[in-house]
Amino acid sequence: MLRISCPYCGTRDEVEFHCGGEAHIVRPEPAVNDREWANYLFHRKNTKGIHLERWCHVFGCGQWFHIARDTVTHEVHAVYEMTESPPELLR
Amino acid sequence: MKGYSTLSLIRNALGGHKSWRPIWRTPDLKKSYDVVIIGAGGHGLSTAYYLAKKHGIQNIAVLDKGFLGGGNSGRNTQVTRSNYFWPQSAAFFDHSLRLYENLGHDINFNVMFSQRGVLTLAHSHHELEMVRRWANAIRINGIDSELVSPSDIKEIEPLINLESRFPVLGGFIQRRAGISRHDAVAWGYARAADANGVDIIQQCEATALNIENGKVTGVETDRGRISAHKVCFAVAGHTTVLAGMAGFRVPITSMALQAMVSEPIKPCLATMLSSNVIHMYASQSDRGEIVLGGGADAYISYAQRGGIPVVEENVAALLELVPAFSSLRLNRQWAGITDITPDTTPIMGKTPVQNLYMSGGWGTGGYKAIPAGGDTMAHTIAHDEPHPLIADFGLDRFETGALIDEGAASGVAH
Repeated sequence: MLRISCPYCGTRDEVEFHCGGEAHIVRPEPAVNDREWANYLFHRKNTKGIHLERWCHVFGCGQWFHIARDTVTHEVHAVYEMTESPPELLR
Repeated sequence: MKGYSTLSLIRNALGGHKSWRPIWRTPDLKKSYDVVIIGAGGHGLSTAYYLAKKHGIQNIAVLDKGFLGGGNSGRNTQVTRSNYFWPQSAAFFDHSLRLYENLGHDINFNVMFSQRGVLTLAHSHHELEMVRRWANAIRINGIDSELVSPSDIKEIEPLINLESRFPVLGGFIQRRAGISRHDAVAWGYARAADANGVDIIQQCEATALNIENGKVTGVETDRGRISAHKVCFAVAGHTTVLAGMAGFRVPITSMALQAMVSEPIKPCLATMLSSNVIHMYASQSDRGEIVLGGGADAYISYAQRGGIPVVEENVAALLELVPAFSSLRLNRQWAGITDITPDTTPIMGKTPVQNLYMSGGWGTGGYKAIPAGGDTMAHTIAHDEPHPLIADFGLDRFETGALIDEGAASGVAH
């Protein structure tokens, strides 16, 4: 089971959180072609290794935030706020 | 291939079982093949078998970074059914079910296919309406399904508690659905493919794809380069990784799906019992174990292990429906990495790279599709044109918008 450090409440069990999937997806301009739109809507990095993702502390403060998590070991390498960029080393 | 029969069993029993031979070769890796298939699971092996048997292509290698059938082929809950809503899914999965019905005979290997029916429960009036719509759609697709009342359900499954936290108000059954022995399916296809000249190369990991002018020419492995006219990958949870090697993106999320079994008990569960609302399915294996599963751990994982909270949810759901199972102990629990697509329909066929084919996005339901997946992929590879049954399952549907949003795909809620 994951133990996740909410930036506002501290470290809690996985069951208090909801994973919102890949972070930092940028919505393209409406005029882009179907390939670009599919890329935005459906295609995902699904990284094997360190993945940047959004989580919400649903059964806590209700805040969204980012984590950088290894999808093989499940180790959480960094936690950062919604408005922050990922740590340089993990980009 | 030496055929198995009752006579061969008796002969070997009288001979003290000393003359059984390994059921596939361990060949040396050649420098070149007509077709290289990456992933020696059910789909890779069945594709190789049908390519060799139906299309006369025998210079084939099936590579696996681990051992044959050691991924999701040996980690699933063994269910085969075709109770799908959309016509394309129904046609494809019923083709698979029909191939399962004759599989033991076809590959001369007892896969222990047992058509005991899948019973899907409804727990509210609204769900009952939706279940009626689903069951009727299945009949319109030409597949058997039967609506059942609570008293029918009690008769089929006497241990069920109809007055549970979410009362059972009805449901439907597809009687032709069944379970089989998953290892036997992988081993049987491996043996039959091997007998048709296919080289199965275990412990050989694909590390890169050689692509020249948009066309695949070979595979780099940890045991050297292999040149190939055509390459297919069928790697379940690692589909994104292989697509990445080929330079294209896929709409897949890899998640750990858990399953578990109890200690073995006498026969007491007649069907595969499934519920969308409480997100649980269970059946009893021929060894007597209660096999159960439910939802995936809801975040990306390549770890082949799941978390305890999901185990607790699955077990709690089963005990609410069948309280008698509360005295059972769990013997084993495990996870496989499933490659889930946005519309829960697989992604099969050609890729943006010429002569490179993919069979992925099987999500939580790949086992039931093994025979049809292999049959249709073999056709697709041999003719460089998608088999009609999978023509709508291509990667391009995410650009055209022609999704097949199959809520019935995993038989549980999405």
